[in-house]
Amino acid sequence: MAMIAMILMVIGVFFFAMGTLGLWRFPDVYSRAHASTKCDTLGGGLILLALALKMGFTPAAFKFIVIVLLLWITNATAAHTIGRSAYKNKYPMREGSFTWKYQGGDEQ
Amino acid sequence: MFTEFALGIAVSLVLLMFCCLGRAIIGPTAIDRVLAINIIGTKTVVIIAVVSDVFGEVFFLDVAIVYALISFLMTIGVAKYLDTGTIS
Repeated sequence: MAMIAMILMVIGVFFFAMGTLGLWRFPDVYSRAHASTKCDTLGGGLILLALALKMGFTPAAFKFIVIVLLLWITNATAAHTIGRSAYKNKYPMREGSFTWKYQGGDEQ
Repeated sequence: MFTEFALGIAVSLVLLMFCCLGRAIIGPTAIDRVLAINIIGTKTVVIIAVVSDVFGEVFFLDVAIVYALISFLMTIGVAKYLDTGTIS
């Protein structure tokens, strides 16, 4: 069981590294939000589930599961709020990316 | 063996956290900084959980839960402040 937990933790750290790489390399706010929050949620969930697997069937494992559920709910909500705030304040997209009619218009 | 491995995981997460701190410093807009700080909060929660497994202290998990809630509140508050100009 410890071997499976180690493999899951390595995969989780890999997703964290990819999220950080996306945060550095992507061109505008929206793509950075996409890369960072999605990979971050997956990496944290994998590492915490690996620790819960290693614990076995104990109250500590239940607390790990609670933290995972909390992270999944709060990260999605925070990413939505950040993207909505950026969009309503008309943060610019990258040149040449797909835009729709509300970007730059007066109506919200 | 698993303890040393978990310590290595925690150290690599700290190094990734410093990379995110660089984006928070040079970020061209305020939203970039908020994103970077949000990731740093998530990594802190995971590091506290890993350290609780390393030291065998179960009550660190309560600290992790509270830190996740406070980080979420900070992100929501800053995003709302950038959106509307007030928090109320």
